[in-house]
Amino acid sequence: MAARMTTLVLATLLLYVASFAAYVWNLYVEHPTIGRVASLCLAAGLVLHYYALLERAHAIHAVPYEDLWGSLSLFAWLLGATYLSLELVHQRRGVGPFALPFVIALFALSHFHRPVVHETTARGPLFALHVTLNILAYSAFALAFILSGIYLLQNRLLRDRKVGGMFWRFPTLDFLDRMSRSAVIVGIIALGLGVTFGFVWAHRLHGVYWSGDPKEVVSLLLFVIYAAYLLLGRTRAWRGARASALCVCNFVLVLFSYSIVNIYLSGYHRFY
Amino acid sequence: MAVQIVLVGLNHRTAPVELRERVAFSADQARRAAAELRTQGILEETLVLSTCNRSELYGVPPEANANGLSSLEEFLVTFHGLDRTMLNGSLYRHRNGDVVRHVFRVAAGLDSMLLGEAEILGQLRDSYQAALEFGATGPVLNRMFQAALEVGKRVRTETEIGTRPVSVAFAGVKLAEQIFGKLKNRSALILGAGAVGEQVVERLRDRGIARVFVANRSYDRAIELAARWGGEAVEWNALEQALSLPDMVVSSVGVEEPILTRAMLERAMQARENRALFLIDLGVPRNISPDAAELYNTYLYNIDDLSGIVEQNKQARAGEVPRVEAIIDEHVAKFEAWQAGVELSVVMRELREKLSRERDAFLQRRFAATPDLSAIERERIAQMANEWIEQFLLEPVDRLRNTRDLRRKLADLDAVRNLFGLDRDKS
Repeated sequence: MAARMTTLVLATLLLYVASFAAYVWNLYVEHPTIGRVASLCLAAGLVLHYYALLERAHAIHAVPYEDLWGSLSLFAWLLGATYLSLELVHQRRGVGPFALPFVIALFALSHFHRPVVHETTARGPLFALHVTLNILAYSAFALAFILSGIYLLQNRLLRDRKVGGMFWRFPTLDFLDRMSRSAVIVGIIALGLGVTFGFVWAHRLHGVYWSGDPKEVVSLLLFVIYAAYLLLGRTRAWRGARASALCVCNFVLVLFSYSIVNIYLSGYHRFY
Repeated sequence: MAVQIVLVGLNHRTAPVELRERVAFSADQARRAAAELRTQGILEETLVLSTCNRSELYGVPPEANANGLSSLEEFLVTFHGLDRTMLNGSLYRHRNGDVVRHVFRVAAGLDSMLLGEAEILGQLRDSYQAALEFGATGPVLNRMFQAALEVGKRVRTETEIGTRPVSVAFAGVKLAEQIFGKLKNRSALILGAGAVGEQVVERLRDRGIARVFVANRSYDRAIELAARWGGEAVEWNALEQALSLPDMVVSSVGVEEPILTRAMLERAMQARENRALFLIDLGVPRNISPDAAELYNTYLYNIDDLSGIVEQNKQARAGEVPRVEAIIDEHVAKFEAWQAGVELSVVMRELREKLSRERDAFLQRRFAATPDLSAIERERIAQMANEWIEQFLLEPVDRLRNTRDLRRKLADLDAVRNLFGLDRDKS
């Protein structure tokens, strides 16, 4: 099993790297065929990645979010999938070169570590949905972070009149703004559903919806600040770069929630 | 004799504009010249390419006319009623492979005044289309010009020779696209009517901009320009209110003091709820106060900023030339292979015909000497001889087709003709 895992992981990695190379190439020459190759490699990589996750799940007899590495891999998978869906919706590939490195790095990082098996109990689909939707929300916010980051960079170059070289190949400000907003919408919906499932599950288990765990507080806070980004982004004071800066800052809380809260603060939210 | 391709022409590098004007062909003249060239037996296939930067006559002379180039030159002089000495040093003449390479370079924009410009490709397409409709071209020129159009298309998709804007107007429009994406549902306010401003408007209209507002100190002039550009005229004293609408402002007004001050734009940004505003200031002295660039969500570019971008992009385009040349090399080789293939089939047909003739003559002589052979036997012997010819030709045909090196050694296959006396037979 270990050997097969390695082949699968290497094949996935290869497809992701090929996809990244094609995205960069497409940014440079803007050719529809190359762009399609990039998207197809990414799609194929996601399929193999799914099987890699499945292998991992078999190995630990649980959905692979029971350990940090497994949950990172799931995060990478959802990031790639969210990006690909948004690419299909917006029909532009300009962000691919910026999103893929994150997918590749997270995937490689998580799969070159052996899964750490914890004592787990079977907890049913509601729990699985709760965790997966939350990770989907994080990955969508990560994508919005990347998009808003490029927006800020592009905006700075434009305002400083430092346009040259690859600048002309960068995605347009308008597109970055719209795609970032759609990523946040995906994130907010996933977070809303994920948190709701969590509460329902907690109620079944303990008879209470709200137990005041730091993770619960942070999740609701995330909901508020991303909703604020969506609402403020179309007002006079925040339109444009400020909204993007807000989106970038919001992601700090996501990272906080994903790391410090999980590891040190939360009672029972471990790696998700 | 192998099929020849010839070219006589002059361009912006070899001839001053006064001369280019005199040698230019209108559409009508191009048609007449093509007809005359063919009726006078100077060329079999012909194409006239005439733009403001070049006049070129492409053609395939008939085999009988070995002096294709000089008679073509003569024709150019008489057609335009020039003095022969006027063309001294201005005319370039190319043959065969050089013609192919030249037309590919023209299509790629390497021979243009503005490296990599795309207009020439459209002009080339139009000239070819006209010649095709008129029936002036033939298999060789058709093939060559179709290949040239393909080269032009390829270099513009596969290299950066034509992507980065190298005119001030285009740079402005490209910047607008970097901010707003597609310009279809955007609008622009045009102040004044400078030449560059007008070019910007044309480019914006090409890209399907939704609305164009025009303001001018003379309202009548604004109405006139608005009518020309399909826009809406705005009164000069309503300028400030007008700023709340458009996504971009293009200003080229001759004034001493800025028309759009920082305070004015600040109010406008309030009114437009900070929607992004792209300001292009083409005026010298400047029309828009430079400190307006500090306002939130505005992007201000003046003529020097845009010229700087253009200069930088010109250098970037020059850096793409080797990649373009590589594509051209590839297509020149492809064309030459096609040409060699065509020639090869002609030579082989001639050889086969000659062998058949020889066979018939030989068998007739031998059959006359051996009257005891029956008709069936004669028939069979003739058939066998036929089979032998086909078998004999199999290997050389295969070698010539597949060994490019061999074709070069045989120098355009004329040596083969010579060897078998095919050239002698023809005359």
